[in-house]
Amino acid sequence: MRIGVVTFPGSNSDVDSLNALAVAGVEPVSLWHESPDLKGVSAVILPGGFAYGDYIRAGVIARFSPVMGGVKEFAATGGLVLGICNGFQVLAEAGLVPGALLRNRSLRFAGRLVNIKPDRLDSPFTRSATGAPMRVPVAHGEGCYYADEAMLDELEANGQVLFRYVHEDGTLALDPDEPANPNGSLRAIAGVCNSAGNVAGLMPHPERMSEVILGTDGGMQVIRSLIESAGEWEAGR
Amino acid sequence: MSDFRYAVNVLPKPGILDPQGRAVELSLPHLHVTNVSMVRIGRRAELTVTAESEAEARAVVDGLAKELLSNPLIEAYTIELLVPQP
Repeated sequence: MRIGVVTFPGSNSDVDSLNALAVAGVEPVSLWHESPDLKGVSAVILPGGFAYGDYIRAGVIARFSPVMGGVKEFAATGGLVLGICNGFQVLAEAGLVPGALLRNRSLRFAGRLVNIKPDRLDSPFTRSATGAPMRVPVAHGEGCYYADEAMLDELEANGQVLFRYVHEDGTLALDPDEPANPNGSLRAIAGVCNSAGNVAGLMPHPERMSEVILGTDGGMQVIRSLIESAGEWEAGR
Repeated sequence: MSDFRYAVNVLPKPGILDPQGRAVELSLPHLHVTNVSMVRIGRRAELTVTAESEAEARAVVDGLAKELLSNPLIEAYTIELLVPQP
């Protein structure tokens, strides 16, 4: 199976994502921001970084790059798209996942390990997860998840919240000022998906926890989920 | 065709947390300022549009403001027509 990773000018986690895919035993395919051609891949990762310098707002300029035309079409046919960190910001700006990512409540860049927990284990992006808290890094200045109260209620009712920040014991980090919630995200939301369930974004970096030598390989729960789901989608085409 | 110069002012919508505005408020006591509140920090873009009419030019600016310069979910914008200095 082949899974694509987009490189925008300013991406910095594209190589980590390609590596995580290789570790999982699938063929990683580099996709370039200037071409809408997704090279027939079975799923797409939009990686972390600072696409186009994060000018104006993180993700907004990347949203208009040629590759995003291809990604939008791919998503419309049910193809799986995972946005990690900056990739999540790009998807939110493009309107492919709901909500917005605001400046961190602390005004500080958050670069450290946090704990997240999947909200559900039956999504294409969490199906291989154990359900226990995962220790993963965050590295962002604009990760404070925002949607208005009505939209937050709707997301929860539809099962569109995929990951939340938690304490080590798994309890939710609901207080936006506590350290376990690294950016002040509302309802401790770390990741969401669209209503169809095939496009998801999360701020933490599971691809950076892909091998034991990096600390843990716990992030592979997300990468493996994506690969399994992409395989099923490909087989059903 | 004429050139029309505009400013687009973008601010966080009311009720949206603005940590930059809050940080400025927290710094006010250091400046011995006690009568300033409700600080909001946004951004301003100035641009020139070449078009047949002001209405046509303004429509271009409005589209850019909605699509690129602001995120309507969290930000509001106003458009100013700038008068050239003689």
